Amino acid sequence: MASDAKTATSFEEGLKGASEKVAEFHEEQSLLKKLQHWLHQTPSAVPLIVLVAALIVFGFLSENFFRAGTLSVILQQIAIVGILGCAQTIVILTAGIDLSVGAIAVFSSVLMGQITFRFGLPAELAILIGLVLGTGMGAMNGFLIAKMKLPPFIVTLGTWQVLLASNFIFSANETIRSSDIAANAPALQLWGGSIEPGGVKILYAVFLMIALVAIMAWILRNTAWGRHVYATGDDPQAAELAGVPTKRVLIQVYALAGFFCAIAGWVMIGRFGSVSPTASTGQLGNIQSITAVVIGGISLFGGRGSIMGMFFGALIVGVFEMGLRLVGTDPQWTFFLIGVLIIFAVAVDQWIRKVAS
Amino acid sequence: MEPLLKGTNLVKRYGKVTALDHCDFDLYPGEILAVIGDNGAGKSTLIKAISGAVIPDEGEITLEGKPVRFSTPIEARAAGIETVYQTLAMSPALSIADNMFMGRELRAPGIMGSVFRKLDRPRMEKFAREKLNELGLMTIQNINQAVETLSGGQRQGVAVARAAAFGSKVVILDEPTAALGVKESRRVLELIRDVRGRGIPIILISHNMPHVFEVADRIHIHRLGKRLCVIKSGEHSMSDAVAYMTGAKLPEGVAEPA
Repeated sequence: MASDAKTATSFEEGLKGASEKVAEFHEEQSLLKKLQHWLHQTPSAVPLIVLVAALIVFGFLSENFFRAGTLSVILQQIAIVGILGCAQTIVILTAGIDLSVGAIAVFSSVLMGQITFRFGLPAELAILIGLVLGTGMGAMNGFLIAKMKLPPFIVTLGTWQVLLASNFIFSANETIRSSDIAANAPALQLWGGSIEPGGVKILYAVFLMIALVAIMAWILRNTAWGRHVYATGDDPQAAELAGVPTKRVLIQVYALAGFFCAIAGWVMIGRFGSVSPTASTGQLGNIQSITAVVIGGISLFGGRGSIMGMFFGALIVGVFEMGLRLVGTDPQWTFFLIGVLIIFAVAVDQWIRKVAS
Repeated sequence: MEPLLKGTNLVKRYGKVTALDHCDFDLYPGEILAVIGDNGAGKSTLIKAISGAVIPDEGEITLEGKPVRFSTPIEARAAGIETVYQTLAMSPALSIADNMFMGRELRAPGIMGSVFRKLDRPRMEKFAREKLNELGLMTIQNINQAVETLSGGQRQGVAVARAAAFGSKVVILDEPTAALGVKESRRVLELIRDVRGRGIPIILISHNMPHVFEVADRIHIHRLGKRLCVIKSGEHSMSDAVAYMTGAKLPEGVAEPA
């Protein structure tokens, strides 16, 4: 009964004479909308604006601020947080969180030191072993999260405690002194070295951090793996159906985060001189790296943001700390303002997301 | 003519519920086969079994005469079976081009691609643009805009274009017009015919009887976990089809199951 089919679609004859245009784009032109769209495509713009504003404000408030020495100290202060931030960024892009970054960093630095001094291995080999073990600690997080399907928050809350405790037990709470390291294993302190063009000291660690951020920015943007990290964080079911091996991506991400943490551990030896299992990074590294990531406009819900944002976020924290110290306020104002900034950053993230609706 | 894709005696149980009850399925080369059935009849389980999203407990699936056993949608895809899911399976924050090539990205030529694994963005964007133009479903100004900034119809269009571009043996469309307006639906139906025109058979799951009767060559009516009958759209009316699938009426020569 073809006539039946005919009558059923005959309502579409009403389409004759209708506009043939289909679903074209007419950008809504309000300024605010445009801004929202622009921020949507350039997620690191917000922290960059905040950073520039902070630089200008502190430049006016303190005449010492724009000296090369001040700026190089700021970079020096954020070197470790910036490297931990690389680890935290890729994890948060997959909609996860890594509370164990500080613990992996400290434990790796202790392993590097103890393997050199207690077991008498060459420092270079000890560093390599430390990097491998750090990667392994991250991979363990990844395995528990991807294969055992445990929530990242819980897994890394657990491994944070486990690794930090292992670190104290293994090292018997012993600090290796800076002078011993300098005399016997200078390779451990490599990143504490510096160049001094025109008397301004710039640590190798600063170059390392900038290089890592640049490499990761390139990888996340220009490789299939980078796109898979975003897709996994954005909508894991959709990514899986579209052909992304999401479990493998998760394990790789946490393992790579562990590797970055181990590098941060190596850098810590250079920065502090000694190897100490009680280094504050073990406790504060998590919060500092998460702060940099959040202020950097990377969404805690995954799939959005850029690692450049994290770099700007870390710089903002460094600029605030240094600027407020130079101005001579109570240092608590730093934490006050950074707290405000975190909430502001998340509010902006939510607003930008609304571009979709 | 031999079926291109054939399912025999497929069984899938979820606990005590039997979603597929010794179900058969045939798809012939170059045809549009619609699958209709009441809610809960098991048609999505059937489609998932074919597309690798669920593994049947019993039965056999053959593609071009060779038995296949997909344990993931990726394996089915590698065999040339593309599916447009109702959820579309796209990453909202990523661009149209990124989404079209998700899981099968093109790498840049030379050392940048082989060693540094750089994506060939220009080639991917060109391909995506061509496919969307072919589809004519929409005018997209910026191939790099995030999928979440597209309207529902446009998103559907991108998903259909992706399947049509890569599906070499079979394209499965699950409710492709459910989210679309009248005009956009028309474009999707034209696209379905285009894809068939290229010799690729299509499985269309839909609740929209006018659409089913308009484009389908054969209609597989699913009821109570199995194939009740297959009818030709010219030989039966829509009300017959609805009566068969709801059990109000039995097609000739078929005994009521169960």
